[in-house]
Amino acid sequence: MGIILAIQGAVSQGILWGIMALGIYLTYRILDVADLTVDGSFALGGCICAALVTAGVDPWLSLAAAVLAGMLAGYTTGILHTRCEIPAILAGILTQIGLYSINLRIMGRSNTPLLKLPTVFKQLIELTGLGQSWVSMIVGMLFVAALIALLYWFFGTEIGSAIRATGDNERMARSLGMNTNRNKVLGLAISNGLVALSGALVTQSQGYADVKQGTGAIVIGLASIIIGEVIFGKKTSFGTKLLSVVVGSVIYRIIVAVVLQLGLNTDDLKLLTAILVAAALTVPVLLEKRRRSAAYDPMTDGSSGKGGN
Amino acid sequence: MLKISHVSKTFNPGTVTEKQALRDLNLHLEPEDFVTIIGGNGAGKSTMLNMIAGVYPIDCGTIYLDGVNISRQPEYRRASLLGRVFQDPMMGTAAGMQIEENMALAHRRGRRRGLKWGVTKQEKEIFHEELKRLGLGLEERMTAKVGLLSGGQRQALTLLMATLQKPKLLLLDEHTAALDPRTAKKVLSLTEEMVTEARLTALMVTHNMKDALRLGNRLIMMHDGQIIYDVRGEEKKKLKVEDLLKKFEDASGGEFANDRMMLSD
Ligand SMILES: Nc1ncnc2c1ncn2[C@@H]1O[C@H](COP(=O)(O)OP(=O)(O)O)[C@@H](O)[C@H]1O
Ligand SMILES: [Mg+2]
Repeated sequence: MGIILAIQGAVSQGILWGIMALGIYLTYRILDVADLTVDGSFALGGCICAALVTAGVDPWLSLAAAVLAGMLAGYTTGILHTRCEIPAILAGILTQIGLYSINLRIMGRSNTPLLKLPTVFKQLIELTGLGQSWVSMIVGMLFVAALIALLYWFFGTEIGSAIRATGDNERMARSLGMNTNRNKVLGLAISNGLVALSGALVTQSQGYADVKQGTGAIVIGLASIIIGEVIFGKKTSFGTKLLSVVVGSVIYRIIVAVVLQLGLNTDDLKLLTAILVAAALTVPVLLEKRRRSAAYDPMTDGSSGKGGN
Repeated sequence: MLKISHVSKTFNPGTVTEKQALRDLNLHLEPEDFVTIIGGNGAGKSTMLNMIAGVYPIDCGTIYLDGVNISRQPEYRRASLLGRVFQDPMMGTAAGMQIEENMALAHRRGRRRGLKWGVTKQEKEIFHEELKRLGLGLEERMTAKVGLLSGGQRQALTLLMATLQKPKLLLLDEHTAALDPRTAKKVLSLTEEMVTEARLTALMVTHNMKDALRLGNRLIMMHDGQIIYDVRGEEKKKLKVEDLLKKFEDASGGEFANDRMMLSD
């Protein structure tokens, strides 16, 4: 019985964290930037949300505030990267570190419980009479469906296409009149808005916010993306890709639930995730090397028959 | 049309790799000039085109295009006036996007991009017709990812994209150099066709002297960051490969034309 409950909880957590993975997908796969802001902006979403709910603000409104704060965090990284020409990874780390202090300031302490305070989940539990993890799951799925639809639409528009082109071939994008710097800032802002929304939803669903709740979020997001790609393949439509990221996030949580049930220490979880991601990123490289060395033939010359120069 | 006055460019100033790529360059193009550019390796041909396009800032001088001072405009802004095809066939297109998506990006060159749909139905019809001109069958593969195309196909597509929205000036930087001879010939004849048909003003860098002589109404030779020879009209028509070689030898102080200056086709 314990395992069933654990898996049900894992699925609902996976869906809510899947929104963060969607955000990471935008930067990592579409914009081709490794953005380390996320650890900070995930916690930022949670902290803003907790502080506002504690101050008596409507929990729905505090979700919106979390999104705006996350976008501002992404914007900051974007400006550091494009205007100040700081390498993207470092720009993200700077924002992330800065956010740690900001998040502490926002909450005034490192942990804020929401015990007797309203959350969107509690409101819906009262309204529907369903259990906590069912409500989490349903709310999460509604958010995910709406966000995937929104992202699908957005990346089909002129601005969205320009962001995709910027990530695909920056020089080409500029030569066709796209302001690639602005596109990167916009992409980072949208991404971190999603990440912060996810942080806020997770906070409301688990009933507390913690300044450390974002630690390792980037790796969890990458794990979700990679698991999704393993299952759905890389050559799918854009909509399927977005969905696969969330499915990847759910599967990641199920794996975690299972290994914890099997007796893994919670403290070792981050190590396990890091090893999982490192392995998943290494395997394709090794396969490619093997393929190449298998194709190596000392008896043929390498020319493809193309002359011209 | 294009007016370059006293433009210089030094790369990595103040370091051991300091290199003056352009020296007090001056060039004045008339509308509908189709200029071929030749010159040895490192003469500054690509740098000149990059300066016009705004890839790097110029050190001094001014560049006017169609009456607009573009000397200090960022690259993405000048793009509204320029069509560009690069030497590297991978450079001009986004591999992970569809053929029609790439064309739609080019179709919006110099226009405001908003929340309207990225590729419209009407555009798809235009693109279908335009792709037919290439004679490569790409009109039947409009939703294929560009990464699946060959270098020659990608270069032909880039050329089409550069002219989809009529540019004030078309910049071609050895755009057939990386292609096999047959594809190169095809892309070159497409270039000729498009430039003549749309009456474009164009700068075309080539390392093939015969092409440089055969195409265009004007030819310039660059050496060591300067234009050392500039012929047009009837005078250009009379020019022969030997004359160019002679010029080149004179300029480079007896050093014979290197292997990049091709004589054959
Ligand atoms: N981005 C750059 N950084 C440093 N040096 C450069 C750069 N681009 C070109 N150069 C140098 O400027 C000179 C002219 O180069 P280029 O314009 O590419 O010549 P061409 O196209 O005529 O062969 C060369 O010596 C080249 O090494
Ligand atoms: Mg060159």
